[in-house]
Amino acid sequence: MIVPLIVFFACALLAVVGAVLLILAHEPIHSALSLVLVMVALAILYLLLGAPFVAAIQILVYAGAIMVLFVFVIMLLNAGVEERTDWSKIGKWVGLPLGFLLLLEIAHWLYHSEPGTAIANGGGAPPAASTFALSTAIFRQYLFPFEATSILILIAILGALVLARKDQ
Amino acid sequence: MEFISQHPVLVVSLVKIALTLFVVMTALAYLTWFERKVVARMQSRWGPYYVGAHGLLQPLADGVKFLFKEDVTPPSSDIVTYILAPFLALVLALTAIALIPIGPTDVLLLGQPVFAVSNVNIGLILLFAITSLGVYGVALAGWSSNSKYPLMGGLRSSAQMISYEVSLTLSVVGVLLLAGTLNLGDIVSGPGGQTGYWLHFIPRWNVFPQIVGFFCYLTAAIAETNRVPFDLPEAETELVAGFHTEYSSFKFAMFFMAEYANMITVSCLATILFFGGWLSPFGGHEWEKFIPVAIFLALAAYCLYSIGTDLEAILHKLQFTIVVGIFLVLAAVCFFFPQYAMPPFWFILKIAVFMFFYVWARGTLPRFRYDQLMSFGWKLLLPAALANLVVTAVVWLVMHP
Repeated sequence: MIVPLIVFFACALLAVVGAVLLILAHEPIHSALSLVLVMVALAILYLLLGAPFVAAIQILVYAGAIMVLFVFVIMLLNAGVEERTDWSKIGKWVGLPLGFLLLLEIAHWLYHSEPGTAIANGGGAPPAASTFALSTAIFRQYLFPFEATSILILIAILGALVLARKDQ
Repeated sequence: MEFISQHPVLVVSLVKIALTLFVVMTALAYLTWFERKVVARMQSRWGPYYVGAHGLLQPLADGVKFLFKEDVTPPSSDIVTYILAPFLALVLALTAIALIPIGPTDVLLLGQPVFAVSNVNIGLILLFAITSLGVYGVALAGWSSNSKYPLMGGLRSSAQMISYEVSLTLSVVGVLLLAGTLNLGDIVSGPGGQTGYWLHFIPRWNVFPQIVGFFCYLTAAIAETNRVPFDLPEAETELVAGFHTEYSSFKFAMFFMAEYANMITVSCLATILFFGGWLSPFGGHEWEKFIPVAIFLALAAYCLYSIGTDLEAILHKLQFTIVVGIFLVLAAVCFFFPQYAMPPFWFILKIAVFMFFYVWARGTLPRFRYDQLMSFGWKLLLPAALANLVVTAVVWLVMHP
């Protein structure tokens, strides 16, 4: 199938372009929008992998909730244009080679990995990705980690509230 | 012909998309006419009257006016986001409508469902995902104008939409528990759907067991679409016109259309989730096709009567003759093709009731204050939606041990 391949490469390109723009943009809002672009492109990639529920949740939670809050805070604080710094010496001589090393490593493992089948069959949902199977797994099999995570998030919210509260 | 038989999905989808776009755009235009007429009646005025008979060509004139006005871009605006914002708002609003099925999903043409542009299994979540992105249009418009009033309007609007989206999403979970599916078509007519009757005469619509959920949804939906009494983002006494103050010409019209498209989407969703979608309140008998036929014939007769008595200009008489023709064609379609005409008829009738409710609220209610808006959303609506969810879940567990 040629169409899923075209969609895959278009979305991959979009995701990479968005990620690069996120770092290069001067305005914080532009950075946030580039991140939204990455999220949406990733969601379409999930769709290609046959996980429509995860794709919709990716858009709903990351692009529709978290990034909206980011944009909201940036607007509220009226953050100005970022200042550019020159390359630091550590970044130049250690960071760049390490980054290339990581890229090479990922490319190596991808090259030697088993070819996937989900993209080839055009995005038909495998049974494990259906909403029912997913929720059964979360609320039966992994109920304890799920509840533990939500309590952890609650503690984080309370901590943020305490820190943000003005002195009485 | 051969191309059609080889690519039925492509051809039928494209036709459906074009048709939906045409219908929705026309509906958007005439919703403004409807709103102005109804509000005018509530305030003892005539409303649009001179452009076309009873102002029927007013939407067309407005559209032409928006197209030919000067498109002013503030020199200090952030140009990319300034242009992106109205496109984002309109495109997302129209995309959401494509997910709505307006009739049974098993009525086929060339092997493709007729009544839904795309009926996906996770329809409801996808719909919420797309509408949740709509905040960006408003927020970016406010920010990129580089002006104080739009920024305040955009901030208020984002805060309001984020706050009420929580209640909006929570209020429909009760319906999901009853239906047991996320597919919008199955929520209406699936195994857990809304077909059949209680006590042989009350339709099994979700609005009866989910009355609290419905009112939470209705309130949150009005707030989500920034309409009266929740239209703080564009409170003209405080903020000029809110987030779209600096927008002119067709970019302003795009925000306008996006707002009306969002109204249509939330009304469609309310119809599907709580009022049985395209299901008839009488059970879908053969004789029901005479209801729309009678309504359209009565409307045509009234228009004919108007041509004879009220209207004086010859052009207005001509326009009303065309309207009579449209009503007659609609009556004929309902009479000869009831299997294709009846589901959309009930669906559109129910949406029209919600649209009237929107306009009614606008003609009646004063605007909330900002602190009232926030405390109402977080302290009343959210707990009510949560309580509704808990009660529904407990009752469901008791009834399905």
